[in-house]
Amino acid sequence: MAQSSLETAAAPRRPATGVAPASWAWLGVAPFFLFAVLFLMLPTLHLVIGAFEDADGNFTFNNIVNLFTPQIMSSFWVTIEISMLSAVGGAVIGFLLAYAGVMGGLPRWVRPVLMTFSGVAPNFAGLPLAFAFLATLGRTGLVTALLFNVFGFKLYDHGFNVTSFWGLVLAYLYFQIPLMVLILVPALDGLKREWREASDILGGNAWHFWRHVAIPILWPSLVGTTLLLFANAFGAVATAYGLTGSGINLVTIMLFAQIRGDVLHDQNLGYALSLGMVVVTVLSNTAYIVLRARSRQGLR
Amino acid sequence: MAFLEIESLQKSFGTNAVVRDFDLAVAQGEFISFLGPSGCGKTTTLRMVAGFEHPDSGRIAIGGKDVTGLRANQRNIGMVFQSYALFPNMTVAENVAYGLKIARRPKDEIRQRVTEMLGLIKLPGMGDRYPHQLSGGQQQRVALARALSVNPQVLLLDEPLSALDAKIRIALREEIRAVQRKLGITTIYVTHDQEEALSISDRIVVMSEGRIEQVGTPFEIYNRPRTRFVASFVGTLNILQGRVLDGAAGRVAIDGQEIRVACGLDGAAAGATRAFALRPEAVTLGAAGSGGNTLRGTIEQVSFLGSVVRIRVKTGESGILLDTFNDPKAAPPKFGRIVEINFGEEDLLVLDSAPTD
Amino acid sequence: MKKFLPWLIMAICTIYFVVPLACTFEFSLRLKRGQYSFAAYANVFGDSRFQETFLYSTELAIATIVFGTLLVVPTAYWIRLRLPSLRPVVEFITLMPLVIPAIILVFGYVRIYNSSSLLPLTSASWSTDVLLGCSYITLALPYMYRAIDTGLQSIDIRTLTEAAESLGARWPSILFGVILPNLRVAIVSSAFLTFATVIGEFTMASLLDRPAFGPYLQLIGANRAYEPSALAVITFLITWGCMGVIQLLGRGRRGVAASAY
Repeated sequence: MAQSSLETAAAPRRPATGVAPASWAWLGVAPFFLFAVLFLMLPTLHLVIGAFEDADGNFTFNNIVNLFTPQIMSSFWVTIEISMLSAVGGAVIGFLLAYAGVMGGLPRWVRPVLMTFSGVAPNFAGLPLAFAFLATLGRTGLVTALLFNVFGFKLYDHGFNVTSFWGLVLAYLYFQIPLMVLILVPALDGLKREWREASDILGGNAWHFWRHVAIPILWPSLVGTTLLLFANAFGAVATAYGLTGSGINLVTIMLFAQIRGDVLHDQNLGYALSLGMVVVTVLSNTAYIVLRARSRQGLR
Repeated sequence: MAFLEIESLQKSFGTNAVVRDFDLAVAQGEFISFLGPSGCGKTTTLRMVAGFEHPDSGRIAIGGKDVTGLRANQRNIGMVFQSYALFPNMTVAENVAYGLKIARRPKDEIRQRVTEMLGLIKLPGMGDRYPHQLSGGQQQRVALARALSVNPQVLLLDEPLSALDAKIRIALREEIRAVQRKLGITTIYVTHDQEEALSISDRIVVMSEGRIEQVGTPFEIYNRPRTRFVASFVGTLNILQGRVLDGAAGRVAIDGQEIRVACGLDGAAAGATRAFALRPEAVTLGAAGSGGNTLRGTIEQVSFLGSVVRIRVKTGESGILLDTFNDPKAAPPKFGRIVEINFGEEDLLVLDSAPTD
Repeated sequence: MKKFLPWLIMAICTIYFVVPLACTFEFSLRLKRGQYSFAAYANVFGDSRFQETFLYSTELAIATIVFGTLLVVPTAYWIRLRLPSLRPVVEFITLMPLVIPAIILVFGYVRIYNSSSLLPLTSASWSTDVLLGCSYITLALPYMYRAIDTGLQSIDIRTLTEAAESLGARWPSILFGVILPNLRVAIVSSAFLTFATVIGEFTMASLLDRPAFGPYLQLIGANRAYEPSALAVITFLITWGCMGVIQLLGRGRRGVAASAY
């Protein structure tokens, strides 16, 4: 680099590039890479490889095949369903909320409050969130009681149960929506005011603008973030455990039980389960990252 | 009746009056510039004509029809933005076709019109490119084509060249004017660059702090500025402080040296101070012949600007700028030399009374 | 008229987000039949297990913050200064915890670091604590790295380093005396975020069978009626407190949570 050759000329007694030599740098980053290998690469590799081995260590596809039992397949299916519903629901509602906050013409204080809350809310996920929803919509929850006392409406008699599939989706939305808002608000900011004005003066109305300009520009962001939300929900454990216990046959719950005490009676099947999970989350997260890069380019 | 009429336009943001008493009548096919410094209200006025801002009071009419209450998408006006505002997700052709597509014109008509427009802005064959693949100047031309494609009654341009390099700015402003002439479309052009306004406008509206300072042709604005602001904003100007010796006879003392002013001093009492505007190109090196004023001073600075040489001569308190053409055969005079400069009696313009009166 | 829809959306969402918080608080006051009281909170604070597990998680959080920072800061520094070509690799590594679910990672740990491996971390409780600490560092890695990297970006470390060097400093004192103080905001921000994450974490602590706050929450949730709500309120307040500090610190720049995405 030009800078370093100048330094070489000006101060020969200093090392060639003016800063500590490269060997220091390698030493400096070594702990990090060691840590990464020990606590990221090795565990993942171990599981991936183990998925293709049998109990004696021989290569086999059996574990993968054994994934296709009704119980395991249905658990994947249920988990995908819940993740998809909470992701799409979170995306749509999050989009509307972000739109309202950024472009809805609301008072100036609304947006910072929205952003602060959206920054805090994803951290609620887990057992506290489960407890909160039990206190709200559980059998003895406040809203359940209110619905009966004020409207004479017996929620649980109508088939609703917060510790069910739909209760979990509802609870997941609590952290999915804010996540969408956090990512979408900057994207909406990137929609230049002049684009809307240009569309208007050429004769377009709000529908034309959104249909032909705004949504196409935001599309990679929207789809990508939905995928992020999907992967997020797919890998969630604590909220489900706290709200529904082992009641819903989720992949993460199943894996949790398996790690606790080999309920599948087959160690390597647990690896295959993990592999399945990893494939799903890696695929959707990679798609998110790719789409995010594309959306950054599109807003240039 | 003028084609575009703006009457008594007022606009305030909160307690800040941004546009005050704006009146203007624009003829069909005329090219008008709004010229002024940042914050003078020129862009706000333009946006009110476009329909993006609503005036607090006043009226705007196009072709006899009152459009004040109409929304921006109902006025059939074209607009070119400072930041081009091309839709990044569409190709050049799609951008230009946008207005026609919204109006649900038949596909053949759209295709033909797009080709016609791209030819007009001299970018044929660029239809498949995306905005980010074009240079700034090219993007702005596409923006112009897009605005014109729907055959608007009025074309508005909001500092369209501010974001471009100097050379491109000069070339593009000529192109814009050429296209406008060819189509005969009534145009309002907002700029803070006085050279730009002077070179391409039929008439200029000079604005300051929300008010119109003067409306006139470039020639009028430059040579007969009506206020001190117009005089100093447009072109370079010498402003001299003088003490009146004899108002009726037009005799004034500048830095102790007596000169005569052709007009504008009627009724001024002896001893009163006045400010005078004097264009640098009206001043020449050397003593005056018969008639004319002569001042004596020392050369303080010589700036070689290429075709023009700008010399500052210090006469007591004042430094007077004089412009003279570059002469390849004679080097400009040197710093420190004592010289005489001359200018005509009618070259001095009396400005509003000096603030210290 | 035009603003009706945004207000409606805001109203519905506000209800959705605020009502559960209100209900949890109300529920937590119901321990004594027929009257509102803070008895559930008294029970919680008086519970020795609460104190022990909370202390345990706090200590672990602090350890995570300290060692995580010690791990990340030099790395981010060297990558920026001398090894820019390794940047994509490091960024990939910091993305991995976001991509691979925590439960998978901890499953891997349990299998690899059990008593019969080279690094028998799960054999003793202190070494399992170390393992859990490392798991938490892994969880915090994306946010920590991003915050510190952004912090480094805003200070010109090359110039600072050269200035310090020309005054005779060697790299450890450069790192600690010059770079670190300028990263204060970034480090404190990620510290609070890590704290909030660690305090509430359940999956890893439970599977590694450590007496952390998360598993305690689950235990109470399974056995008691009103105390879980009290605990939820307490956890919310702690999380809010942490994120509130971060927002305060991050005023003017994008928050850590947002920038991590």
